[in-house]
Amino acid sequence: MMSNVRRMVSLFKGVCRTRTCPVHTWTSGAGLVLQSRSTDVFQNLALEDWIEANVDLRQRGVLLLWRNRPAVVIGRHQNPWTECDLQAATKAGIHVARRRSGGGTVFHDLGNLNLTFFTSKKNYDRRRNLKMITDALRRVRPELDVQATDRLDIVLNGHLKISGTASRLRRDSSYHHCTLLHSADRSALSAVLRPSTSGIHSNATPSVPSPVANLVDHAPTLQWEELLEALVDQYNEEFGCTSALTSIDPSDEASFPGIGLFVSELSSWEWTFGKTPKFSVRTVLDLSEHRSAQLHLEVKNGLVASCQVLVPPDWIPQSLADQLSQVLVGERFCRHGAAAAAVSTLLRLDGTGGRLEELSKAVLRAMG
Amino acid sequence: MLTHQYHHRCFRVQNLRSDRTVPRLTVTLGRNLQTIGYRTLYTCTANHGPIVQFKLSDIGEGIMEVTVKEWYVKEGDKVSQFDSICEVQSDKASVTITSRYDGVIRKLYYDVDATALVGKPLVDIETEASEEDVVETPAMAREEHTHQEIKGHKTQATPAVRRLAMENNIKLSEVVGSGKDGRILKEDILNFLSKQTGAILPPAPFQDIRTPPTAPPPSAAPRPVFTGKDRMEPLKGFHRAMVKTMTAALQIPHFGYCDEVDLSQLVQLRSDLKSTSEGRGVKLSYMPFFIKAASLGLLHFPILNASVDEGCQNITYKASHNVGVAMDTSQGLLVPNVKNVQLLSVFDIAQELNRLQTLGAAGQLGAADLSGGTFTLSNIGSIGGTYAKPVILPPEVAIGALGKIQVLPRFDPSGQVVRAHIMAVSWSADHRIIDGATMCRFSNLWKDYLENPARMVLDLK
Repeated sequence: MMSNVRRMVSLFKGVCRTRTCPVHTWTSGAGLVLQSRSTDVFQNLALEDWIEANVDLRQRGVLLLWRNRPAVVIGRHQNPWTECDLQAATKAGIHVARRRSGGGTVFHDLGNLNLTFFTSKKNYDRRRNLKMITDALRRVRPELDVQATDRLDIVLNGHLKISGTASRLRRDSSYHHCTLLHSADRSALSAVLRPSTSGIHSNATPSVPSPVANLVDHAPTLQWEELLEALVDQYNEEFGCTSALTSIDPSDEASFPGIGLFVSELSSWEWTFGKTPKFSVRTVLDLSEHRSAQLHLEVKNGLVASCQVLVPPDWIPQSLADQLSQVLVGERFCRHGAAAAAVSTLLRLDGTGGRLEELSKAVLRAMG
Repeated sequence: MLTHQYHHRCFRVQNLRSDRTVPRLTVTLGRNLQTIGYRTLYTCTANHGPIVQFKLSDIGEGIMEVTVKEWYVKEGDKVSQFDSICEVQSDKASVTITSRYDGVIRKLYYDVDATALVGKPLVDIETEASEEDVVETPAMAREEHTHQEIKGHKTQATPAVRRLAMENNIKLSEVVGSGKDGRILKEDILNFLSKQTGAILPPAPFQDIRTPPTAPPPSAAPRPVFTGKDRMEPLKGFHRAMVKTMTAALQIPHFGYCDEVDLSQLVQLRSDLKSTSEGRGVKLSYMPFFIKAASLGLLHFPILNASVDEGCQNITYKASHNVGVAMDTSQGLLVPNVKNVQLLSVFDIAQELNRLQTLGAAGQLGAADLSGGTFTLSNIGSIGGTYAKPVILPPEVAIGALGKIQVLPRFDPSGQVVRAHIMAVSWSADHRIIDGATMCRFSNLWKDYLENPARMVLDLK
């Protein structure tokens, strides 16, 4: 581990062999290309935070290459309940993470390469980064028709999306990250990328679906390692430096002091769900004997801020439905956990012959 | 950094802020209402600093407008330079806007989801007196190279920055300013200091590590801070439900019955079986035995597994033995139940318990697991205690509390003193339908199974 770090330190001090290259090269120092050995989405997102917080980007830029085991990654201002089916994700062992950059939802798996370009705010240039990627692809497979679009996607053959972009800007640093579909498993997507529950009204950033493709579908001989090498070479050429691919382990707290805190924050409920912009749920609950009830919930910071359940007057007294509403207020918008506990406790006093129980379970199902 | 007059002003503002019922001037000016109202209620202070309009600076890439997504401050909050003010989004970029000044937020120009324009005011900050108004106009081209020679020029710096330099014996002419026109910012002084002493920044593996003086990552749920004052908060959610249920529970006439059980043989049996169970991936505690023995007992005394309706008119003998197990979780006391224990083996019960415990620890127990219980056991002894007075959980009619297992001296049949593993049990039952004798006989049967576990084998279904 330390030898890796020493190597990295020496890279910083190292020689910058300027070749003839475009105008804006770093004024001093070398760029740095890192590859994460972790496939855990929270560790890798935490690594991005750590690099942004701890590396002086005014002198040099950093390119980080990483990939994750299957995970759904939503944008900073999105709503996880609308973007993915949380129950299905939990069942399939797929993590749901909120990243710090804007944009829409993406599905990561081991066939998807993520690239993060860290620069100072002055050198923030997303189009240049995407150009570097398309140049690399064309170099290694000249027959590929790849193009960066106005929306900062990269498309193959004019319409198949192989890369999406998002970025984050702070006072004096920035990063731009994007996906690159090499050989992702698209079948796992459909089961998970659909809303958890119906009836959500929200102003969160929506995701714009597009037809996607894998690079291997169109260039079957392109190996993962070959792709990485081409990208590293092109990065060095585009930004006028030389840097070998350095492998790092973000779970090593000694090399990355403080990264554990970033990991726990990124994997916390408060970040993933609590940061959802406020939204409301309006839906009709189907009950037995062809009856139905109306549900209206307001959710702020992932917690139920207000709840109203309107029931047919001859079915159960409205006051009972109101009791149910009241015990949900203040709890997380989640059908398990505190809301389930509150409801089950209330049901101990159910004298309605099972109707309150039926209603309660319908309300919980309507929650994420 | 804040001067005396600041604290004075802030305190005053907070006082005004806290009382929302104070009648205000009804000036109808939309979101300016509050600000104007407060200013007129504000009695004159000796001097207050100028209001600086902090404008939204250039985001880059020629972007002219952004959406405000989240405010980190509200009117009246104190901010320091570099504190985060808000989060805006533009074209898949999420940008954190930080303050350039120390001061107090006086006005937010936009609501969440509104469109903010680059170059237009974002917030008003009341700064110290004689702070210069910095106007950031949208950059037409890329920012110029910011490191400049400033020797011989009049150095630009705010009074706060000048004071910081003076306190640290730094000549402003030696500091490179990174602000507009070479203006020296607080950050520049800090950077200068760190290069001088190397003491500010902690040692780190990367060369040129810079620990920027930004706010720490936003923390998780706020913790209550001890201020020495009473703190009142409304009972919501789960706790509110508990209040209702427990109030109803104590309407039930309870009687108690206690005994002690010699678990010496069970301790032996469990230690024999533990490795087999763990080999199958299941942790085996004593609870599965307690639960199974209870179910075997309920087969003989079904009235303990019953329920009465509200007026105590009808009694329902429940067919399933859904034995609830009280669990102490971060959310409080939860009672998930193991369904149909009458059909399960001790191992099956252990497996179910593991599942419920994992969910409970993660705060993920569902309504299905938490409802439908018919009889409850509470292993309070896992935390501590011997005898207890458990409260029946409606709509059930009986509950047992198990104390901790202690090694105590007892006499064996031949009169010798031996080590025995003794556990106390405290039962409570609904006296409207259950009498003492029934409870006693049930307890004896349950105790018999546990003291002589081999007898359970005879009656296992």
